[in-house]
Amino acid sequence: MIGTLPIPYPFESAEAQRALVACLAVGVFAPMIGAFLVQKRLSLVGDGIAHVAFAGVGAGLLVGVWPVWTALVFAMIGAIGVEMLRLKRKAAGDLALALFFYVGIAMGAVFASRAGDLELETLPYLFGDPYAVTWTGVATVGALGVIVVVSMRLAGRALFAVVTDEDWSRVAGLPVGVLSMALAALTAGVIVAGMRIVGILLIAAMMVLPVASAQLVSRSFRGTLRLAVAIGAVSSLLGLTIARPLDLAPGGSIVFVAAALFAAVALAKRTAPRALQQEAH
Amino acid sequence: MGAEPTAHTQASLPDEEEALLRALDLSFDYGHGSVLRDVALTVRAGEFVALVGPNGSGKSTLLKVLLGALPPGSGRVELLGRVPGDVRDRWRVGYVPQRPSLLSEVPATVEEIVSAGRLRQRGWWRGLTGSDREAVHHAIESVGLGTLAGRPLNELSIGQQQRAFIARAFAGEPALLVLDEPIAGVDAESQRRFRDSLVHLIRAHGAGVLLVSHELAAVADVIDRVVVLKERVVFDGSPEELAARGVSLGVHREDLPLWLEDLG
Ligand SMILES: Nc1ncnc2c1ncn2[C@@H]1O[C@H](COP(=O)(O)OP(=O)(O)OP(=O)(O)O)[C@@H](O)[C@H]1O
Ligand SMILES: [Mg+2]
Repeated sequence: MIGTLPIPYPFESAEAQRALVACLAVGVFAPMIGAFLVQKRLSLVGDGIAHVAFAGVGAGLLVGVWPVWTALVFAMIGAIGVEMLRLKRKAAGDLALALFFYVGIAMGAVFASRAGDLELETLPYLFGDPYAVTWTGVATVGALGVIVVVSMRLAGRALFAVVTDEDWSRVAGLPVGVLSMALAALTAGVIVAGMRIVGILLIAAMMVLPVASAQLVSRSFRGTLRLAVAIGAVSSLLGLTIARPLDLAPGGSIVFVAAALFAAVALAKRTAPRALQQEAH
Repeated sequence: MGAEPTAHTQASLPDEEEALLRALDLSFDYGHGSVLRDVALTVRAGEFVALVGPNGSGKSTLLKVLLGALPPGSGRVELLGRVPGDVRDRWRVGYVPQRPSLLSEVPATVEEIVSAGRLRQRGWWRGLTGSDREAVHHAIESVGLGTLAGRPLNELSIGQQQRAFIARAFAGEPALLVLDEPIAGVDAESQRRFRDSLVHLIRAHGAGVLLVSHELAAVADVIDRVVVLKERVVFDGSPEELAARGVSLGVHREDLPLWLEDLG
């Protein structure tokens, strides 16, 4: 479809270049959404929704539908369901969410085992496989990226107000319900898109880890968001670069790099808090 | 008794159309015993109303019902002439919650927080214009946080944070300001600034103010009406009427809450 670009090893082949584009997209868009989840104190909700997406994968395998579609349906319903429970304050927070998510993973396992070989069928979804991403896959991720960026441009400020101070936002007349649902839907979209790339078990990490690193040094929400996106992209690039020569799982090594960056930033901040603070000014 | 709450809420008052906020026969409970009973309250344009009462008397609850954040058990509420759920121009209402639900996990600057106060002026999906930014800076200046505008909120003291929330309410240039103990923990200098900003909003823009506070000393001279709440409205009248009941905003400036709580 598109010619191979002259990039040196390990990105010399078309499939490696597609993997690079896909992973960079995850590195950029996952923290963009993640910053709002972290601010909302729902850092773990991404993981929960990923578990529900796994039930969707199982259901797809069972009924013979492309599992990405069923995963998307399950993740959307899960994300919006959780958000509705939270908004109506019906759920006793943590516990209800936990229940929701455990049922998700159990359903996924049961469905997939009924469908055939559990490990073989589900492994690419659990741990991702960026080298298997097709041009259609890249285009899909690109389209999702456009949706994320446009949503952020239009609703980023209002979303910031809502995740920062929900009660005030409601009194101020912001459409708290609509914006919360939109964030839930975007979260589900990013998780399902990232599922084939870095895996169900690791996509949520890419929503949270770069944000965790960025907020250590940044002193504004906007700055945190930008830095998190940069850290996410660097993690993807470095992770994928070391994965191939060392024969590591790409998703795992990307998240590993993101975690290592967090540790490095945390350590640097501890040893040189003054220098870092001045630099951030 | 001149303190009967109904005296100020008769529907036949000529300036009725100017009422920014009205409550009639309002009752509310959280499901375990009555919190508000038969409350009547009106705030008109250009009016400064102080709402006082002991802890747990239902002040914050009343504000939430008035603003539509809680549904009234029975009775009527009109916010800007409409049922709270139907108010289209909500940006005309500024609100400072007693204990903001705001807990910034990610650093967010004073400016970012205060900017939220401008989101509704032209539609939340639009970017901020030059005049929006100007209003934000003006609001930040008016609470004396000018030099801290770029600092993250979680690096500020509690009193400074409280002033940022006041600025967020001011930024929208509201027609109605509803403030729930905004100056608790705020120093004397900042309280004076706060008073001046309120006076400016009332005199220059004809805004109405409903202020809940245990510290009325800083604003005593600009209060038009005092409402004392203890589940019911036990007093609603001017400072002069209050003086006739033996409580003077001037004389009892410092220990006013104690005097007010003894009413009714
Ligand atoms: N979320 C809630 N759920 C149940 N009961 C509540 C809730 N909030 C307040 N109450 C009860 O309602 C009553 C009035 O509370 P409210 O917060 O309105 O008082 P207040 O006058 O604002 O007090 P303070 O001066 O301490 O701010 C209290 O008895 C309180 O226990
Ligand atoms: Mg209160």
